[in-house]
Amino acid sequence: MSNRENGRWFRKGLRDGIPIAMGYFAVAFTLGITAKSMGLTALQSAVMSFTMLASAGEFAAITVIGADSGLIVMIVTTIVVNLRYLLMSTALSQKIDSRTGLLHRLLLSYAVTDEIFGVAVSVDGKLNPFYNYGMATVASPGWTLGTALGVIAGTILPTQVSNAMGVALYGMFLAVIIPPARKERAIAVVVIVSMLVSWLFSVLPGIQNISSGTRIILLTILIAGAAAWLRPVDENGELGGNER
Amino acid sequence: MKISIPVYLLVAALTIYAVRALPMTLIRREIKNPFLRSFLYYVPYVTLAVMTFPSILGATGSLATAAVGFAVGVVLAFFDGNLFRVAIGACVAVYIAELFL
Repeated sequence: MSNRENGRWFRKGLRDGIPIAMGYFAVAFTLGITAKSMGLTALQSAVMSFTMLASAGEFAAITVIGADSGLIVMIVTTIVVNLRYLLMSTALSQKIDSRTGLLHRLLLSYAVTDEIFGVAVSVDGKLNPFYNYGMATVASPGWTLGTALGVIAGTILPTQVSNAMGVALYGMFLAVIIPPARKERAIAVVVIVSMLVSWLFSVLPGIQNISSGTRIILLTILIAGAAAWLRPVDENGELGGNER
Repeated sequence: MKISIPVYLLVAALTIYAVRALPMTLIRREIKNPFLRSFLYYVPYVTLAVMTFPSILGATGSLATAAVGFAVGVVLAFFDGNLFRVAIGACVAVYIAELFL
């Protein structure tokens, strides 16, 4: 990791962090509105968003606070709702150079979010931590400010604008998963199956009551497990057989 | 006794950080097991696909405009792949659709 390389990755991170920050801002705004209804101030909401940097995780935390359910419930809920970060953090631990020091590992851990993870894990070869720092530098303020503004002025944005911003994060997800799916048939199948099963889980009676956090973990383990069994990668971490 | 909001927030922040930091700091070596390696290879695609669909259909004011955003996002991602352009393109498509639908 030369300084020049680090700088280059940091700047790339700042750039790729912009759509993340935009999407975060819109989602955080609605989070702020909910936080206010549960009695949190703008400052408390901003601190929560800056320290947790999680969407479903924060919604869950606000719910626990609103019901005053106690610290044990807070700990258990936070672990369960955010369990997917355990998987993502494990995947990232394999994406960085195995000689990466403790400080970088502790810093990287702050910004393991769905979006930053999704982008970081899709780079070719090993991941330079500065890429994540760049993304977090833009995305974290977007998330934090969005939450605070949601508390202060929940109705400031025209509906059409906030509706339009609502798809920013998903557009980004699509940009992460579709190009590799175009190159690798196994990934295309995994993406399509994942979306279909996820949709089934949202409409089937009974199953649709499973929370979205749990659904994500459950389907990730099942589908990624099945794909790993059916189409394992070779020792270079690539899929054999299919031309890239 | 009512627990204060700052205490709740501190506990939540520490818990979520532990969930993220434990694998990152404890798994210091490359995982050699072929199944685990393959599993971790597929994790991001499944996770992001499951998070995107069908949630995206409820992300705007109406199913119709959200479907437009989804379709435009898929097409743009297929031909372009630049994160910012795909995200903005999907937003603009929804904004325009909101004017008509």
